[in-house]
Amino acid sequence: MLPFLIKRLGFAALTLFCVLTLVFLIVRILPGDPALVILGDQASPASIAALHKRLGLDQPVLVQYGQFLLQAVQGNLGNSMVTGRPVSEEILAVLPYTMELTIAALILGVLLGVPAGVWAAVKRNRLPDYVLRFISLLGLSLPAFVAAIILLMVFAIQLRWFPVISAGTGETIADRLRQMALPTIALALIMMTYITRVTRSAMLEVLSQDFVRTARAKGASPATVVWKHALGNCLIPITTVVGLYLGILIGNSVLTEIVFSRPGLGKLILTALTQRDYTLLQGMIVVYTLMVVVVNLLTDLTYGILDPRVQYK
Amino acid sequence: MTDTTVAPSTPIDRKSSIRAFLGQLNASTWIGVFIVLALVLAAIFAPQLATHSPARQSIMDQLALPGSQFWLGADQFGRDIWTRLLYGARYSLTIGMSAILVALVVGTVIGMIAGYVGGRIDIIFMQVMDVVLAFPSLILGLALVALMGATLTNIIIAIAFTATPAFARIARAGVITQRDREYVQACRAMGFSGPRILFRHIMPAILPEVMVMASLWMATAVRTEASLAFIGLGLAPPTPTWGGMVRDGFDNILSAFHLAIIPSLAILLLVLAFNLIGDGLRDAIDPRLKDAS
Repeated sequence: MLPFLIKRLGFAALTLFCVLTLVFLIVRILPGDPALVILGDQASPASIAALHKRLGLDQPVLVQYGQFLLQAVQGNLGNSMVTGRPVSEEILAVLPYTMELTIAALILGVLLGVPAGVWAAVKRNRLPDYVLRFISLLGLSLPAFVAAIILLMVFAIQLRWFPVISAGTGETIADRLRQMALPTIALALIMMTYITRVTRSAMLEVLSQDFVRTARAKGASPATVVWKHALGNCLIPITTVVGLYLGILIGNSVLTEIVFSRPGLGKLILTALTQRDYTLLQGMIVVYTLMVVVVNLLTDLTYGILDPRVQYK
Repeated sequence: MTDTTVAPSTPIDRKSSIRAFLGQLNASTWIGVFIVLALVLAAIFAPQLATHSPARQSIMDQLALPGSQFWLGADQFGRDIWTRLLYGARYSLTIGMSAILVALVVGTVIGMIAGYVGGRIDIIFMQVMDVVLAFPSLILGLALVALMGATLTNIIIAIAFTATPAFARIARAGVITQRDREYVQACRAMGFSGPRILFRHIMPAILPEVMVMASLWMATAVRTEASLAFIGLGLAPPTPTWGGMVRDGFDNILSAFHLAIIPSLAILLLVLAFNLIGDGLRDAIDPRLKDAS
């Protein structure tokens, strides 16, 4: 277990290092001087030089790279070029909104997707199966912003069940939940379609195996066979898909946050892009990658909890 | 010498095997093919099918509802939605297909070389691919387009970049299963060069899986392009893109919801069609997965 953990952490660190390097290169290679972007075309050479000095852009590239890496390891992602506040502060201020949205969507997606997939597999090639397969294909084809807009139009604008704007600030918990409901559902629908598809295919494979027949033969009830014996053996592929799509979910939350005017990483990265705030942008890319790397690590560790046969090498 | 003796029978075999393959495709695959073909034709003949000019503005017709003059209504500048939808299909299809074509070629070549050569090259190539995979693809595409500028070429490059690792992985896995087969050993024994074995003998065996991947990723590429345009990182206005049209519609959602819904349905239709084709092709090349899709 420990050697595996060390190896896995080493691999995660290597990936992060490569990402940091890539981010550094991309931001430096880009045409355009950040100082000009910040100060405008009319800036005097003296003020440009002063800003270069403040941003460290007058140093040789290798020195800049070393400083960037050293600071990133210490959790210092530099200061925003626009607001001057530390990038890590800017990100931490909105991170909880994106996290709560993503986790809520993940839980809802699993709660809906797993039973739907099991049901489709049990009712294979009958009506529920066809309906669920069609729905999941539809969900797979629905861009996140289209799902969000449809939900917004129906439930917030027409039916007025939920607020149009989800500012993330609510007086009571009920308020907060009401604001979170639509963005969560919009993301969860997409998560659900992926989970339904993988659960169905994993269940179909497991249900045809000998141990399921044995369980039936010894008189276990159909529900026990399906939900305990069969589903228990589907958890690994389901976890893989959950881990794989959690990253996509985090990325897609950008779209949901725009549609519902919700604060979060998505809103922040758009601000960084429109204001050409390169330090904020590079910090955000590092944070996004860090999240994906952590999710992958957690996914790998979950395998061992779900299946005692998994050996960590 | 071997080539000349084998050659005569090959074309006949190939033709009948293609026919057999097409016979295996299910109805929903054909629906997908039909939708894509229809949209390709609509894009090609956009000038003939359009009822207005895509850039023609008219203050009188702002937010007009669907009717006899504007079949699908007009947008906030009084531009005809039906016309803009037709022209928008050109960009969705061009960007989606070119991006995946680039990713397919680059990714497959990288993956095939990594899988065939093995060793250090394999480790380095695949580590680079894993780093690209560590970015959420929408965020990566968004950052690339924002930094490079939202031109047609840059959007294609950005989307191709996010899709390349998927092709590299599937090509590598395919090559590794084929690498030690007897026919490859026979090729080696006959002294064929590495590239010849790889691209003329192994490639046909892994191509079906790559093609399935391509049609599924075509769906993702169209969705990503639309998402980028919705965020504001698509082709600059007044170019009609479906994602950009949804964005315009979203700004006017309280006064005219058809503006957002009609292009949304167009995106959904195209993405769904590519997914139907991908699912159908996968079932056809691997019947074991038929019920597992």
